[in-house]
Amino acid sequence: MAGRAARGHPAARGGREEYLTPLRERTVSVWQDQVHLRVLSKGVGPAVLFFHGPWGLTWDPFLDELAQNFTVHAPEHPGTTPGAPDEIYHLDGLWDLVVCYEELLEALGVASAAFVGHSFGAMVACEVAAARPDRARRVALIDPLGFWRDADPITNWMLLNPGQLPGHIFRDPDGDAARRMFPPGDDEEAMLAARVRLSWAMGATGKFIWPIPDKGLKKRIHRVKVPTLLIWGKEDRLVPPVYAEEFVRRIAGARVQTVDDAGHAPHLEQPETVARMVRDFLSQ
Amino acid sequence: MKISAFHLMPHRELPPDFEKRYESVWVTPPWWELADARRVGQYYNWTLDELLYAARSGLDGVCTNEHHQNAYGFMPSPNLMGSVLAKLTTGMNVAIVQMGATLPTSNPPIRVAEEYAMLDCISGGRLVAGLPLGSAMDVNLCYGITPMEHRERYREAFALTLRAWQAREIFAWNGRYYQLANVNLWPRPIQQPHPPVWVPGSGSISTFDFAVDNDVCYCFLSYSGARSARTMMDRYWEVVSEKGREANPYRGGFLQLVAVSETDARAEEDYARHVEYFYHKCLHVPGPWFSPPGNQDYRSLVATTSNPVRRPETPKNLRYRDFVEKGYVIAGSPATVRDRLKEDVIRGLRVGNLMVLLQIGSMPHELALKNIDLFAREVLPHLRDTWDDEGWVNHWWPEGLRGATPQRAAVGRST
Repeated sequence: MAGRAARGHPAARGGREEYLTPLRERTVSVWQDQVHLRVLSKGVGPAVLFFHGPWGLTWDPFLDELAQNFTVHAPEHPGTTPGAPDEIYHLDGLWDLVVCYEELLEALGVASAAFVGHSFGAMVACEVAAARPDRARRVALIDPLGFWRDADPITNWMLLNPGQLPGHIFRDPDGDAARRMFPPGDDEEAMLAARVRLSWAMGATGKFIWPIPDKGLKKRIHRVKVPTLLIWGKEDRLVPPVYAEEFVRRIAGARVQTVDDAGHAPHLEQPETVARMVRDFLSQ
Repeated sequence: MKISAFHLMPHRELPPDFEKRYESVWVTPPWWELADARRVGQYYNWTLDELLYAARSGLDGVCTNEHHQNAYGFMPSPNLMGSVLAKLTTGMNVAIVQMGATLPTSNPPIRVAEEYAMLDCISGGRLVAGLPLGSAMDVNLCYGITPMEHRERYREAFALTLRAWQAREIFAWNGRYYQLANVNLWPRPIQQPHPPVWVPGSGSISTFDFAVDNDVCYCFLSYSGARSARTMMDRYWEVVSEKGREANPYRGGFLQLVAVSETDARAEEDYARHVEYFYHKCLHVPGPWFSPPGNQDYRSLVATTSNPVRRPETPKNLRYRDFVEKGYVIAGSPATVRDRLKEDVIRGLRVGNLMVLLQIGSMPHELALKNIDLFAREVLPHLRDTWDDEGWVNHWWPEGLRGATPQRAAVGRST
């Protein structure tokens, strides 16, 4: 599974303050050179691999907080990297995706890392950890997908109007976090560009979970035996917090922490709180 | 010029406040609140009778199509309807136009190749094989196909279908989505090398390329009339030219709503509420359902998002006169209808294979028959020779019917 990592030039600095290490960007070629994963990395310390959710990756304050104590690697999901939308067509299913991420770890030279994931990305983190238990030192899942309960259906965000999305993803659809993901309409060019980016990111991630995001994790999750933390926004309107039970009863010793004043993306609405939860958990 | 009668088989009696009370006409309308199986049986029979009446009245073809879980048009299996029509039109020069069975929702998709071959055999070689991609509501929402895979599955199934009809030897299909170790179709179609293929589309630019590359008839199925279709069809003809194909009007098809009465004023009296019913209730679908993320390829997504012209206006606020004025529906006296059809649609879009929707929304059976009758007697004969002076051959029509003009039968009600 030889991939190769090409060093990119340093990207713009993110976050509210200067940290010791800059944000680094590189592109890693995997899947017989057909898929090129852009990886944003920052920080020093033990490795953390962050798997983003259905709306693409942006380097946000939550990742910046984590980068104070860890070396955070945040890959972009295949197909969501600007300029390479069609690469998603090279992957046919979840197994392909899991093996892609395995190749990525190989190429990054990361033997093992803490896995942190959000939503769809948390499901992928779980799948990679189940496939390669030796790669995952600890697992932190933020409002993860992966299961289905008839009594608590998960809203399919891919069928909502752009105008309805912020209210489903965020507790406060007018807050800063929502405005970063959905630029307001007064800058039409930025709004339309964001709409294309978000739509394609939803399509590329949705490829692996349509039409019901239960793709067999229940058959494989028993292989995750490392300490696991579930973090859930108390007001998650997409994936109700009751889904935490599905993970807790299948992963021995998994704990749940809920986040006040947060919806489906608590790490974006309450970055400091969630970063602290993750940091404390990973430092134990 | 070939002109066929298209039918959707809609629910004709939705409640007046339907679009206010219910989320959508498609995917989620509650059957138990809105429909009754015996009454629906009547709709199916009216539909068959209306299409048969059109065939006997002299239209060139009869069209059925596939949709699921909706009150807009619910023939989940168009081939069931097509087989009835194939049998009842025995001996008539009428094409059985299946517009058609949807490949990505048929598993394995050679089921469509088999059923179409059956229809071609039963009809004596009168099949037009529509191979639609299928709407996102049907394919993604009702039948669970991943939007990102929708077009890829379609393209693979399309290639498999064409090969299954033509192959002289048994072959193995080792595809990405379909694997069949022994493809050996029984029966094969009468028409050789295969029945004419039409590919319906809704203006997606990637479908233009696909249609021209595969040398099929591209049919723009729009409910917004010729005026808004013009840019799209112009682009299609550009692609035809860029790819070095001749601008044969028969490689273009278009669907038009048509309502004919004795006078323009009488047409409004007869049809206004049925046209409004169609646009207000039958098209009541949440916008994002037409194209969930991944359903359009990236190029089309960028084009649709950045070009507001490609975003259709909502018809909810329009009334009958708006629909007529904008050309969504061509309605009026026979003279009005034939002039607008000829100039705006046939000449304007360069269309050789026209489909007309003559039963619209809540239009009752008797009124549908009147519309069909007037269209066949007073409009159709004036349009039929439109392209004759240019000498084109309609390669996309059953060969045995190309020169034929269906005779007006002694039209009688079969109910």
